[in-house]
Amino acid sequence: MPDTRNLSHKVAIVGAAETDTVGKLPTHSTLQLHAESAFNALADCGLTIDDVDGLATAGVSPAALAEYLGIIPRYVDGTSVGGCSFLIHVSHAVAAIAAGYADVILVTHGESGRSRVGVGGGSAGRATPGGQFEAPFGVAGPPTMFSVPVAQHMKKYGTTEEQLAAVSVATRQWAEKNTRAMMRDPITINDVLESRIIAWPLHLLNCCLVTDGGGALVLVSEERAKDFPKKPVYVLGRGEAIAHTNISQMLDFTEWTSASRHTGPEAFKMAGLDHSAIDHAEFYDAFSHLPIYALESLGFVKPGEGGPWFAEMNSAPGGKFPINTNGGGLSYTHTGMYGMFAILESVRQLRGEAEAQVDGVETSLVHAPGGMFSATSTLILGNQ
Amino acid sequence: MTTPQRPLPEASPETQEYWDGMKRHELRIQKCNDCGKGYFYPRPFCPAEGCHSQNVEWFTASGKGTLLSYVIPHRGHPAFETPYVIAVIELNEGGKMMTNLDLGGAEATPDNLPVDAPMEIGYEDVSEEITLPIWHLA
Repeated sequence: MPDTRNLSHKVAIVGAAETDTVGKLPTHSTLQLHAESAFNALADCGLTIDDVDGLATAGVSPAALAEYLGIIPRYVDGTSVGGCSFLIHVSHAVAAIAAGYADVILVTHGESGRSRVGVGGGSAGRATPGGQFEAPFGVAGPPTMFSVPVAQHMKKYGTTEEQLAAVSVATRQWAEKNTRAMMRDPITINDVLESRIIAWPLHLLNCCLVTDGGGALVLVSEERAKDFPKKPVYVLGRGEAIAHTNISQMLDFTEWTSASRHTGPEAFKMAGLDHSAIDHAEFYDAFSHLPIYALESLGFVKPGEGGPWFAEMNSAPGGKFPINTNGGGLSYTHTGMYGMFAILESVRQLRGEAEAQVDGVETSLVHAPGGMFSATSTLILGNQ
Repeated sequence: MTTPQRPLPEASPETQEYWDGMKRHELRIQKCNDCGKGYFYPRPFCPAEGCHSQNVEWFTASGKGTLLSYVIPHRGHPAFETPYVIAVIELNEGGKMMTNLDLGGAEATPDNLPVDAPMEIGYEDVSEEITLPIWHLA
């Protein structure tokens, strides 16, 4: 494992913001969502777009965005591997700023996931591995793909539909406290189990929302970070990995191997922290089994203990380890590549400005997949 | 309105032998002569971690495996009548393969589909060029 402890605490998030609203934004093109997020994040830290000399984005071409914004950045990161891309952008920005490739890196996300305004098209070709060995069997988007491993987890560990439902219920309890969340009415385990079945074992309330919105981050060096109006959020640890793209080729259907092997151990080692030091987490929840896989594969519990752990409401308000305090992709918002919103909630918790603020958060872990457990990234952030 | 079509594959150079085999209702896959494992989908080297040998060869597999996992879409691809089953089979010789299941008239419910159950391959001629695997409980 690489020793990157010398990069811990060297770079900070000083600007962080979302689009003015999230949810239904048919008035905004995809690029406009990026730009609105960018200007909001820059205003948040008192910089202007002309201060930006590094640009990172996913989903759209960084060149298309540079043109739209009217800037010529000297550092570019177009890593586009799904929802965790923005975590990876933060991870790369740490090394880039430390190396002097850029001084002020802007990371943006914008996606017209619901209204589909200005969205690029295209699907995989018929002669790709996915076109030959998955598409013919009626896979139809994430609910029929991301869900494929779950039945094996249920068989091996006894994970139940009720435990999956508990993740949705706990997350909704946080959303009830967040005025920006799309879904805020209380729900019960039975409500989840009785909601329309989408692809067994997933019911409608096990699935994330589909929304429009965006978010952006501004990163600078530790030295500069002290000069900004808000409390800096330091990047303490990071990890990234990439595996399969087709879900049938996932190495182990009961384990998030990229997380257990690479992103978790590297992030904790770089941060010099153990699990007990983490006060809060955002686990990307496109579906309610993801936080269970994340909790187990990052080593917070043993394999197979994730379902019962969530069923005990440990992640809910008042629980021992608050997770997805914005309401998550399940209840807050989910534009398509949700990872940016996970980072932003961790930043808000570390700044003490979250709507459902947890007392005394000094460290927060953000963990996300890209594709169907395909790419993975973990960040550990802190405010000390 | 056009009728939604089932997406059909197009062979690539390294998979042609597999699709030719499908047409003859034979499961042609590859195995590694160094680590001894079979694998799927086809490519001209062994994808196993720690091996990656190029000493590989085609063989006709038994068409037997186990039901590793599955989902039952009730909302799915428009060309498919719901509910249907998208399963992943672990082949006895090695490798994982996505497939639909032939339920023989049984209902698509978890009770009828025990995870880890032994499975056998069948074949579905979907066009003049393409035959797809469709597995069933052994």
